Amino acid sequence: MELFKHLPLFPESASTVAGKVDAIYFFGIFLSAFFSLLIAVLVVAFAVKFRRRHPDAYGVPEKTSTPLELTWSIIPLLISLFLFGWGVKVFIEVNQAPSNAIEYTAVGKQWMWKFKHPEGNREINDLHVPMGTPIRMKMTSEDVIHSFFIPAFRIKRDVLPGRYSEVWFEATKPGVYHLFCAEFCGAEHSRMIGSVHVMEPAAYEAWLQGKEPGQTAVASGEELFKSLACITCHRGDAGSRGPILANLDGGEVELANGQVVKSDDAYLRESILNPRAKIVKGYEPLMPSYQGQVTEEQILSLIRYLKEINQKVADAGDATPAAETQTAANEG
Amino acid sequence: MSEATSTGYPEENYLTQGSTLKSWLLTTDHKRIGVLYLLTISVFFLLGGLFAAGIRLELATPQGDLVQPETYNRMFTMHGILMIFFFLIPSIPATLGNFLIPLQIGAKDVAFPRLNLASWYIFVIGGCFTLWALVSGGVDTGWTFYTPFSTLFSNSHVLPAALGVFITGFSSILTGLNFIVTIHRMRAPGLTWFKLPLFIWSHYATSLIQVLGTPVVAITIVLVAFERVFHLGIFDPSVGGDPVLFQHLFWFYSHPAVYIMILPGMGVISEVVATFSRKRIFGYKFMAFAVLAIAVLGFFVWGHHMFVSTQSVYAGTVFSVLTMLVAIPSAVKVFNWTATMYNGAVSWDTPMLYAIGFIGLFTIGGLTGVMLGTMGIDIHVHDTYFVVAHFHYVMVGGAIMAFLAGIHYWWPKIAGKTYPVFWSKLAALIVFIGFNLTFFPQFLLGYMGMPRRYHAYPEEFQVLNVLSSAGATVLGVGYLLPVIYLTYSFFFGARCAQNPWGAVGLEWETTSPPPTLNFDEIPTVTGEVYDYSPKKEAQVV
Ligand code: HEC
Ligand SMILES: [Cu+2]
Ligand SMILES: [Cu+2]
Repeated sequence: MELFKHLPLFPESASTVAGKVDAIYFFGIFLSAFFSLLIAVLVVAFAVKFRRRHPDAYGVPEKTSTPLELTWSIIPLLISLFLFGWGVKVFIEVNQAPSNAIEYTAVGKQWMWKFKHPEGNREINDLHVPMGTPIRMKMTSEDVIHSFFIPAFRIKRDVLPGRYSEVWFEATKPGVYHLFCAEFCGAEHSRMIGSVHVMEPAAYEAWLQGKEPGQTAVASGEELFKSLACITCHRGDAGSRGPILANLDGGEVELANGQVVKSDDAYLRESILNPRAKIVKGYEPLMPSYQGQVTEEQILSLIRYLKEINQKVADAGDATPAAETQTAANEG
Repeated sequence: MSEATSTGYPEENYLTQGSTLKSWLLTTDHKRIGVLYLLTISVFFLLGGLFAAGIRLELATPQGDLVQPETYNRMFTMHGILMIFFFLIPSIPATLGNFLIPLQIGAKDVAFPRLNLASWYIFVIGGCFTLWALVSGGVDTGWTFYTPFSTLFSNSHVLPAALGVFITGFSSILTGLNFIVTIHRMRAPGLTWFKLPLFIWSHYATSLIQVLGTPVVAITIVLVAFERVFHLGIFDPSVGGDPVLFQHLFWFYSHPAVYIMILPGMGVISEVVATFSRKRIFGYKFMAFAVLAIAVLGFFVWGHHMFVSTQSVYAGTVFSVLTMLVAIPSAVKVFNWTATMYNGAVSWDTPMLYAIGFIGLFTIGGLTGVMLGTMGIDIHVHDTYFVVAHFHYVMVGGAIMAFLAGIHYWWPKIAGKTYPVFWSKLAALIVFIGFNLTFFPQFLLGYMGMPRRYHAYPEEFQVLNVLSSAGATVLGVGYLLPVIYLTYSFFFGARCAQNPWGAVGLEWETTSPPPTLNFDEIPTVTGEVYDYSPKKEAQVV
């Protein structure tokens, strides 16, 4: 009995999607076991039943049976197509965050995970989350490719440099679970592990209270916007050298070359690091690149702030002080 | 395995044509080149095996306490590179393929004998570069060389290792080319395509992949080298490159490469099952088309390695469904082997034991492959030990079992000697048990969530890891036995009969071992392939 407790055969299930992944996994295991056993039994049975009893014995020649060949082609085809369809459905469910999911951020670097809560708390390798709340993890890497893997939640997503990827989960059971880096990332890959602490909502609130909250992403974004002098060109009035920053959370931007692009994380990131790649219509390519001057975490905060900023399109001559529009954004 | 009668053993054969080192190193005889490959890949297998032993030893305890993480990473990288590029890819084609293709099609040699020897030298040179990387400190990128780690971050000896793989690729391409031309142009009179043994069909399909796929990985490796040296920005995102592009290019070759490793094995198993069931392969044409289908479809499934890499869901869906399609010809093969045994006259000789082991293990490997191709399952088990277990079931339980089946089947042809029956059967049993003990627990570990390439791991994974390490020890013994008794047999074994298994096929119509030019007279083929029937026996000779 003792041994069984220590013989781990199945991971904890602690998220809303874990059951879905387990179900299709069990089906896969059932199929594999069924066909493996079928073949094993047949092969062994034939080896015994038709064993060569005389050194000069021969097998009984048989004609290829097309119906038989088709049978054992079509049955596996149908089964595997079924598995495929189910797999796609589960994959989409595991990947599509509900719209009310709360955004956390994670930055991977050799060899640690840096998290930021929406409330502004920062953690390294430990992640505290409330149970029963869908959480969206926006992730990027400072160096090589990592992969964010929480076995108890059955979720995994690669974390890439220069790009944002997302994973979401809703924990269903309080406890402490492993967080692994699943993509080989160098010497200490196997130590790039952390713990996810799932807490009852009240306990989570208490935990937050007990911590120095730190700045929210929007607030630190705003601070950077000033300290990096973005504001000198993006004053939010018609006389500014840079465009009025509005409607950047998924809105459309018209470019100088006539193209229309969607303003998303990738676009905003590029606007900061490589502004000449896409020039906004009606503006000169004046903006300097901030490559190397901002950390991944600062870029995340800036992007968060840019999405909220929504500078009002001011009437010509009536310059609205930029600061005013920005305070409105802080509430987000 | 019957021993030679006093007459019939060829005193003059390809082995007796000179015994100096020079006679071997300058030979253009496909049989001798096959033997050269056999020796070389055995060395690489031994080296790769030593690294595996190191890995399993380290993983016997959860703390990374045996070696430094840097050392561990170099061990699994070297294990992968050696086993894949220097053992599995050349294993069956370069040894048994080289030896048997001309014999099975009734030719005196391959189409380009000197190119064949050159391929071996290229292989050895590539191996030397990789060994150079090894002795100068090793590589730590994994055999997959993922960017930007391999290009910008790793400070290990990526360049010589990559160069080694690059060079070896040409050996693979040239061998494939040689086989394709040989099979097209040099078949004996009367030997039409549908009279070819399935061993030939599977080598034909393999050669196609080698010729079409290998250049892509060669170019990819060059790009990695250029980026590492000149910081080109192909894969480096900070200068506009795309690290995921590397994965696409790499798997475009490396998934089909899996079929370079397994298709020849399927060819071996077809021969062995037919010979030891004394029966024509059931569904011969379906079997022939199945290998071609696998080879072609294999080029369109590479994205199943990248479901969680930020590849779009749509792309993932397409790769997933195509992956499912590969399962069909694979299933057809398994069912047909099984059906061949039905109503056969099945002997339990050593090669057949390996073949039966292969069918079981390959089935498990294939089915878990279907699970991995299922996106909803892969999301959890990707990059875990589940994947490690799966591909070892295919590569070790499949390809190496087939290799051993083939070596034991054609050993009398290659060496002209018998080997000890008891020891060889015992070895087959030990390999089977050791293999399952090593790799089955890894499926469980994978679903538990243990990521691959971990030097240290949480304690709850220890029990299964200890089982796996114990199994590896058993497996090691199982592999050592054939090395010992086959070496002994080569030098001291009893001479065997020309056709000790009572097999059909042109390779058995010449002496064992064959003369340098294979046949005294090029045979003309009139009968069917796998023509096992008592009445025909009188005509065979
Ligand atoms: C020297 C003036 C200048 C500075 C400083 C500057 N920008 Fe810009 N910015 C511009 C100009 C001009 C454009 C429009 C041309 C273009 O697209 O590059 C622009 C465009 C943008 C855009 C795209 C806007 C849209 O509507 O699509 C974003 C986002 C942006 N800047 C953010 C920032 C941030 C964040 C900073 C500070 C880190 C910053 N800028 C600093 C001049 C500047
Ligand atoms: Cu890692
Ligand atoms: Cu693959």
